[in-house]
Amino acid sequence: MILGKVVGTVVTTISHPHYNHRRLLVVQPLVGQNDVADSDFIAVDHTHAGIGDTVLVNREGNGARQLLNLPDGCIISVIVGIVDEVKLG
Amino acid sequence: MLFGRVHGTAICTVKYPGIHGIKLLIVQPLNKSLEPIGVLQVAADVVQAGVGDLCVMVRSREAALAMPEIQFVPVDLALVGIVDELIVRPHSDFDYTLKPGNIHYT
Repeated sequence: MILGKVVGTVVTTISHPHYNHRRLLVVQPLVGQNDVADSDFIAVDHTHAGIGDTVLVNREGNGARQLLNLPDGCIISVIVGIVDEVKLG
Repeated sequence: MLFGRVHGTAICTVKYPGIHGIKLLIVQPLNKSLEPIGVLQVAADVVQAGVGDLCVMVRSREAALAMPEIQFVPVDLALVGIVDELIVRPHSDFDYTLKPGNIHYT
């Protein structure tokens, strides 16, 4: 799982049945101060997150399939939490 | 999952048996600002996208799972949605670095 910031929303009227009635959000991963910026990606929302929220994202297909109850689901990234606070040593 | 712009079609007469009838499209992967990332790639199409369409794509094993019938096929990039509306805040709007100490987000 990674931490990311929601930076956008995507609307798709024609989509694969597994994506029907699901919100898609654009997420930019958070990185350490000296790290190179990671590329952004699209994730399915499962926590009613919005633009500007810091979120916890599961980027693994098996976890997504269990979470969304789709045994053959073609979804990789799912937003599984909204982060309130991060403590970094 | 990532964005891609359809640039053309690829036609294969000889294909692995499970992917007969699946349209192959040439796509350019894009970032959130719709700038190209990397080289052109070939994606399997399940949403009947056309040239010029902005799409949502899925990679790896999940691309094969997006296929309509046989899902054990050699496909690693699939188009799963056609984008109608995209709202993305400018990159400079947020801070993406994790600084030492306590950071409150809400």
